[in-house]
Amino acid sequence: MTDHITLRVARYRPEKESEVTFQEYELPCPKDWVVLDGLNHIKDRIDGTLSYRWSCRMGICGSCGMLVNGEPKLTCATFLADYAPGPIQVEPLRNFPVIRDLIVELGDFMSSLTRVKPWIIRQVEKPVSEGEYRQTPEELDDYKQFSMCINCMLCYSACPIYGLDPHFIGPAAIALAQRYNLDSRDEGAAQRMEVLSEHDGIWGCTFVGECTKVCPKHVDPAAAIQRYKLQAALDWVKGFVMPRAAQ
Amino acid sequence: MSQQAAYTPYHPRWHRTRVSTWWWLGRWSYFLFILRELTSLAVLWFVVWLILLVRASIGGRPAYQQFLEWAGSPILLALNVLCFALVCLHVVTWFNLAPQAMVVRVAGRRVPGWCIAASNYAALAGVTAVVLGLLLMRE
Repeated sequence: MTDHITLRVARYRPEKESEVTFQEYELPCPKDWVVLDGLNHIKDRIDGTLSYRWSCRMGICGSCGMLVNGEPKLTCATFLADYAPGPIQVEPLRNFPVIRDLIVELGDFMSSLTRVKPWIIRQVEKPVSEGEYRQTPEELDDYKQFSMCINCMLCYSACPIYGLDPHFIGPAAIALAQRYNLDSRDEGAAQRMEVLSEHDGIWGCTFVGECTKVCPKHVDPAAAIQRYKLQAALDWVKGFVMPRAAQ
Repeated sequence: MSQQAAYTPYHPRWHRTRVSTWWWLGRWSYFLFILRELTSLAVLWFVVWLILLVRASIGGRPAYQQFLEWAGSPILLALNVLCFALVCLHVVTWFNLAPQAMVVRVAGRRVPGWCIAASNYAALAGVTAVVLGLLLMRE
């Protein structure tokens, strides 16, 4: 077991550089250290100018997503020892503009997210006096998988389609739209379909499937998108065969 | 933005990496994805082949004989073997992906993904057996 490991970290300091450079740091490598611990060690003990996002350290907040040896990973769940003897290359998430060092700009995703209306939509709200909207365990199971998304952006980083076309709404936003469509309390599927049936929506996805492979929460965004496509195709066929019933 | 603004603390200059034309060669999974998409051309070729075969059959014995001679040429044989291999890849990759796209419930319970893939393979085996049976019966 090696007691030290080299972290090769991407640096981008816009006030003095126009390109990304790499800087190497020699770190201790205890078996319980994750890549984020390594970055915190650099920040606290070696080089305070290194910039990156993190918050919870336990795979909940989705802030610390980065490329570790080219793979999109949550750095709080990626152990240094698994990459021994190193070196380990740490870069900002692919497919996003880099603001500084390991920090990427997420504005595109934020606007896509609001476009798909990831909240419960009701045609008519029930009065509070009538109580809550109840669900059976089976109804919960329908959407629970898709509700586990922590917006860590690993799926966007793994998706070559998003890299080629930044207008593509993308895996996480579509999975979250599907999460609400499958919720028995929701009545907003038609509103979301207006957005998602556009060119930049579900039909932009070519089912590469990498989003599902890198998802740390096993959300399976690729499945959400394909099921959406299947539903959209079935709706179209129903409308074509039985136009009156579809209305 | 056609021109990048100069950096100031309140006007950051983002770094954008352009996606290479050869992005699909960087990872095995991306390469397999492109290969899977390209297999559609092999499917298209067999559709064209079938149309040509039907046209030759309608054209009578001389036309059919001419088609068989053309089909037996080494170039076409090699092309058909290659296309068959690509179509096999097409079938396997899409059948294996089918469970992700389909949620089938029987008696309120969700059917496991392997059952959906297996039913696709079983249907393929069934259709292949019927076609083989018809061919062998005629001989």
